[in-house]
Amino acid sequence: MTETATEGPGSGPWDVIVVGGGNAALCAAITAAEAGCRVLLLEGAPKPYRGGNSRHTRNFRCMHRGPLSVLTDTYDEDEYFHDLMLVTKGKTDEHLARMTIRTSEECLPWMEAHGVRFQPSLSGTLSLSRTNAFFLGGGKSLVNAYYNTAEDLGVTTVYEAQVGHIHLEGDRFTGLDVSIAGAPSRHIQGRAVVLASGGFQSDIEWLTRAWGPAAANFLIRGTPYNRGTVLRDMLDQGCEPVGDPTQCHAVAIDGRAPKYDGGIVTRLDCVPFSVVVNRDAQRFYNEGEDVWPKRYAIWGRLVAAQPDQVGYAIIDAKSLDLFMPSVFPPNKADSIEELAAQMGLDPAALRRTIDAFNAACREGTFHPTELDGLATEGIEPPKTNWARPIDTPPFYGYQLRPGVTFTYLGLKVSDHAQVQTPDGPLRNVWAAGEIMAGSILGQGYLAGFGMTIGTVFGRIAGREAAKHVG
Amino acid sequence: MLDDRMNMIDEARRQIEICNACRYCEGFCSVFPAMTRQRAFADGDITQLANLCHNCRGCYYSCQYTAPHEFALNLPAVLAEVRNDSWLRYVWPAPLGALFQRSGVAITAALVVCLGAFFWLLAALRPEEGAGFYAYLAHNAMVALFAPAFLLPLASVAWGLVRYWRDVGGQRIRLGDITGALRQAAGMRNLSGGQGQGCNFEQEDRYSNTRRWYHQAMMYGFLLCFGATSAGTIMHYGFGMEAPYGFFSLPKLLGVPGGILMVIGAYGLAAGKLKADPNLGAASAWSGEMAFILLLGFIAATGLALYAATGTGAVPALLAVHLGSVMALFLLLPFTKMVHGFFRLTALIVEEQKRR
Repeated sequence: MTETATEGPGSGPWDVIVVGGGNAALCAAITAAEAGCRVLLLEGAPKPYRGGNSRHTRNFRCMHRGPLSVLTDTYDEDEYFHDLMLVTKGKTDEHLARMTIRTSEECLPWMEAHGVRFQPSLSGTLSLSRTNAFFLGGGKSLVNAYYNTAEDLGVTTVYEAQVGHIHLEGDRFTGLDVSIAGAPSRHIQGRAVVLASGGFQSDIEWLTRAWGPAAANFLIRGTPYNRGTVLRDMLDQGCEPVGDPTQCHAVAIDGRAPKYDGGIVTRLDCVPFSVVVNRDAQRFYNEGEDVWPKRYAIWGRLVAAQPDQVGYAIIDAKSLDLFMPSVFPPNKADSIEELAAQMGLDPAALRRTIDAFNAACREGTFHPTELDGLATEGIEPPKTNWARPIDTPPFYGYQLRPGVTFTYLGLKVSDHAQVQTPDGPLRNVWAAGEIMAGSILGQGYLAGFGMTIGTVFGRIAGREAAKHVG
Repeated sequence: MLDDRMNMIDEARRQIEICNACRYCEGFCSVFPAMTRQRAFADGDITQLANLCHNCRGCYYSCQYTAPHEFALNLPAVLAEVRNDSWLRYVWPAPLGALFQRSGVAITAALVVCLGAFFWLLAALRPEEGAGFYAYLAHNAMVALFAPAFLLPLASVAWGLVRYWRDVGGQRIRLGDITGALRQAAGMRNLSGGQGQGCNFEQEDRYSNTRRWYHQAMMYGFLLCFGATSAGTIMHYGFGMEAPYGFFSLPKLLGVPGGILMVIGAYGLAAGKLKADPNLGAASAWSGEMAFILLLGFIAATGLALYAATGTGAVPALLAVHLGSVMALFLLLPFTKMVHGFFRLTALIVEEQKRR
């Protein structure tokens, strides 16, 4: 049942109130409803944008001992944990991380049983066919399936429901304040609450306070509705934080992407085949350091550190077909100078940079899909792989900007998803998804792991909330 | 008109380029795997993708970029418009397509004219003798009317297909291309959602096989009726066995179930069309498509009624109605949704070739 804003969800008390409307929220709502609870789900976005960042996702990283659904071969706990250690550089809670990894295996059949459909690895993503199960139609399809399942289970969903304050009496949740479709805030009572309302990356002001003024130029890859209101409210009420409050995960995306919600299509995979310069037409980092799947995540930071937070990837005709097409056509010109003029760079400066780079290239075998060792000589910074001269017109240019995926600051939770305070856990408050992911993912990112954390903790939160309500 | 067409194809190209950078929908149907083989899309490529699309709408409901997102993707609609327009463009004479594809009123008017013509013909050409239907319209007269009314429109469609083939880059046909395409069409794989869960036609983001089953009822019903007519023709000319035929004869054993399936199919397809969001299809052609479904249902229903009325006084009127509606279908064949079957099969054959 979906209630309209005029009918409203009443004043409660509901058995379980779920704050948020993405993957983690839906997993919690479904699990609690299946356990017999009356569940209210408050989604901040209007219906077309429901699902938070989950609507932009595409897969689920899953441990499996032997082939499972669309996943091939085996991906065991130790290898999965090792992959996590590589990206987080050890900034994780091993107990929570291993529990999440182990539980992921039983999640996949649960997801299928609740309407999610998987498809074989997408073209261009064969490297993930063993580790990541792709959603047929992507994350919005998953979100649709879960909303339908929740509706069939009798969960009441309210869209455009902005939760402002969570009422706590001592260590106990009693209710919350919510404004529905812009109406004045009202109070709704509940016996348990699951917080699954994401991080704060869409609140640019907060982002600039945390990161610095440069963050005003960042693009937000996902939903504009993750403003961290509930996260802030809980931290203000003394809940224990986790994760670096100043950091966000950012990748380099097409600079022409929309401010919010550009999603997957704004990514640019051309860097390894490019010369990347800053606003002053100077190179600033080794473009060929490693294969792109291992390096794309650092380029958000690299570009963020450049003047005006902008970069320009320059390629020539030889490389145009070597990477996934991007959503915006590149600038195109028959000379470097003309390309520079189109992109607002100093033509003479770009000419000098390209000439110096070309002079540093040497003969050798170019191999686009592996580390080919075709490196520059006598230039700083070097380009240690795929270094071919930029000499074959037409020349192409893409503007790069940092695109923020998520923030790391979150609520500390137990392995039962219970929200923690310095005096111990809150009795009837659980958290799941990006709002607590910093507990496990302290740095970097592992493709498809956000959905794993959301699913594992969403289900735990729903189960524990239902158990509490009894 | 030319401007509209270019805008439509450019809009389809814009959307396809966004899809090609995303690829989340690869598992739904043949359109997306076909898309990923290319980076740039010529007008012919867009036309081919449009004719490959079966309007299952899976991609729309899964899409993170539909309005109000500024990318405003609605791939099923833009491909439906391009597809509909391509039939107008390829089938001669184009003005008739422009009239009937998009207008249920025009189709109804054509039907009324045909019905009137047959009431007049049956009165004017009443033969001296003959059994069954031939007591009302001689066999030779029927053949003289229907053979050209069937073959000339077919020739028009065939010429359109040749031009389509050239534009989309069709190659020398191998047997495997045809069997592959027929396999796709026989199970309507492109309405299966990729995994048999069906499409998103009449229940928004919930999958359903309803439309697929009703479409198959219509398609197989039509083929059975076509088989019944062919069987009758062969029995007449090959074996000197003339109508009327008893129930346990090929024409009736094929035709009666065929007619029933067509009536069921028409009911289901029309009901589905009323539930579905018109803005995810060729909105400009809605009334033409609806009238076409109803015309097929009408033909089947009047055929069955005619058989049921055998020996009664209702036969002459029912015969005029049935023959008149069949005539309307034949004459309008190149200019109504009927052509989608021909172009779709051709697009599937081309896809088999490109996939090799």
